[in-house]
Amino acid sequence: MIIVGILLAAAAVVVLVALPFLREPVAADDRLDAPSEADERRFTLVEERDRALTALKELEFDHRTGKVDDADYRELVGPLRQAAAVALRALDSPQE
Amino acid sequence: MADLGRAALVVTLGLAVYSLVVGGIAARRNERRLAASARNALYCSFASTLVAAAVLATALVRHDFSFKYVAAHTNRHLPVAYTLSAFWGGQEGSLLLWLLVLTGYGALAVAINRGLLRDLTAWVVPVIGGIATFFSFVLVAVASPFDTQTAPFDGAGLTPSLQNPYMVAHPPMLYLGYVGLSVPFAFAVGALLSGRTDERWIIATRRWTLAAWMFLGFGQLLGAHWAYVEVGWGGYYAWDPVENAALMPWLAATAFLHSVMVQERKGMLKVWNMVLVALAFELSVFGTFLTRSGVVNSIHSFSKSSIGPWFLAFVVISSIFSLALIMWRLPLLKAKTKLESAISREAAFLYNNLLLVALCLTILWGVLFPIVTQLLRGETRTIGRPYYDFFLRTFGLPLLLLMGIGPLVAWRKTSLRGLLRTLAWPITAAVATGIVLVAVGGGSSSPGLIAYTFSAFVLATIVVELVRGTRATGSLFVLVARNRRRYGGYVVHAAIVLLAIGIAGSSAYSSSVERRLALGQSMSVAGYTLTNRGVTVDAKPNVTETRAHLAVKGRWSGSISSGDNQYVNPPEPSREVGIKTDWLRGEDLYVIVDESHPKTGIVFVQVLVKPLINLIWVAGIVFLFGSMIALWPDAREQRRLVARLAPIASS
Repeated sequence: MIIVGILLAAAAVVVLVALPFLREPVAADDRLDAPSEADERRFTLVEERDRALTALKELEFDHRTGKVDDADYRELVGPLRQAAAVALRALDSPQE
Repeated sequence: MADLGRAALVVTLGLAVYSLVVGGIAARRNERRLAASARNALYCSFASTLVAAAVLATALVRHDFSFKYVAAHTNRHLPVAYTLSAFWGGQEGSLLLWLLVLTGYGALAVAINRGLLRDLTAWVVPVIGGIATFFSFVLVAVASPFDTQTAPFDGAGLTPSLQNPYMVAHPPMLYLGYVGLSVPFAFAVGALLSGRTDERWIIATRRWTLAAWMFLGFGQLLGAHWAYVEVGWGGYYAWDPVENAALMPWLAATAFLHSVMVQERKGMLKVWNMVLVALAFELSVFGTFLTRSGVVNSIHSFSKSSIGPWFLAFVVISSIFSLALIMWRLPLLKAKTKLESAISREAAFLYNNLLLVALCLTILWGVLFPIVTQLLRGETRTIGRPYYDFFLRTFGLPLLLLMGIGPLVAWRKTSLRGLLRTLAWPITAAVATGIVLVAVGGGSSSPGLIAYTFSAFVLATIVVELVRGTRATGSLFVLVARNRRRYGGYVVHAAIVLLAIGIAGSSAYSSSVERRLALGQSMSVAGYTLTNRGVTVDAKPNVTETRAHLAVKGRWSGSISSGDNQYVNPPEPSREVGIKTDWLRGEDLYVIVDESHPKTGIVFVQVLVKPLINLIWVAGIVFLFGSMIALWPDAREQRRLVARLAPIASS
């Protein structure tokens, strides 16, 4: 009984492991859908945009809670806004 | 039954090898169906390990002593909970638990992330497959839990000290932590192999790392409480090599959890984060090696076995492999920005990291020292408590201080003037605490005084942060809900402060007196008077309990008993301490009876009064609560992540 169970389980494992080939014996495109260079570039820009926006949000919060004084705020906010704007513009521009 | 268990483990080994080899080929050749097949093999390896675990659990519950493992670690008298906990009470069973958690975690992490990060997870599968190959090989070829024999009538039983509720939970917690660190390691190695060294692997593993860290931290506190109530020496942490083996990866993971925020915010410390993840994983496997190899003397060690060299080889090979990968990918790991100011949040994280890693490596040297001296001089020289206590103070107190300063410093840059203004209230609170402590006589211990003033400083910074944040958002609930990670972190900081207060109070201000007491004789310690009221002996079927009874008068009045148990099966003694807790003061009256004579009533007793020690256990609850806040799923954050990963997500 145990041997039959083991054999059945082993067969199930073989089927599961072979399933991608059983479902699709011949694949039109068998490549892993890795992102293209354009996608990678876009992801990098999204990453930069999010980083700049998060930093801006935190700077505003730190300024409101008194962690950053007015002088530091004025000095830091400009470059961050610029970085966010650059990333947003690049994302909006048509893909090459 | 045993055949089924053995067969299941062989199947796991085969599937793990398949995930490693075929998964590696699929990722290298960029083949979709082959990668899916390797992934399915990883899922199946969890199922087959589950079958093996079910076989062992069934054998334990049925008292099937034809399994050598069951006979060696249980007997018929053992309650069901401890019978089941014998699953991880012995070497082979605990390795099976490692493999079960590893394949379960691995399959779940890959399944969750396969849609968003298909090219990365294609590389993660062979890495997890590689680790699973090692553990399943050890279980199949070196230390099988399914070895059989002619069944004896009864088993040897579980060591008495392990028959404790904490031992039901402590080891699985540690395993969830140790093995959990495999997930960020596998994704980090996957990122290096695939060349995708951006933030994707960090996004994928953030909660896995946090969960592993939480289990490891909470598991250690459970272990400390077990040692306190069960081992009976009056302490909770002895800097034992096996205890240190759990602390080291936790320290490395703590450093990683902080430094990873710098990478997320500023694209810095990429190499450092890779090194920390590898260090945390290697230390977790190294800890398993220490416990099992017999190279160090520890009350926690399993019996000396042949698996030590296998573990050592695995640690060495995987460390070299990880370092070589990091070196190979160095050009991809260059920082995008630079540190703008030495007074900034990222700089504070850097200082915190240096201190944490320094403490971790100092402990590692202490653990390795006996092995090194044995190899070089042929004699084992151990490093004692003063070494560890010195470095805990040297690195721990600045860490405590930094825990207060860090949250009040802004990202990028903070002027010294602005920082001092922000720190005014916390500094006032710390100085006031110091003055009050000296006034009430707490200045007798400098480390204790420093720890308390620093703790007051950190608590004050947390309060300042919460008050200012609540004012800015209008609601404490909204404040925490918007940034669970940060405010969960602050709750964890509060737990560390409670821990520091508990450690300082119970070590720097504790009292201890040892006496020989004849019947009716009394002794005094720290405001308590204890009188010997005699010794009783109670013979039960599997144990003879000897107890000395002491009447107590003082801040609390009543009676307290302590003595020893002598078990029949296994024939081992167990020291039973008496503990009375004063929750209002967080204080324990702790009684250890070293020797008692039932006929004469004479006892040799040690009485300890440990102020604030219970804050350590309270810290465990607060730590768990803070970690849960940080871990709690955030729908808004998830939506943001999906949108962010959309450009590269597979269709």
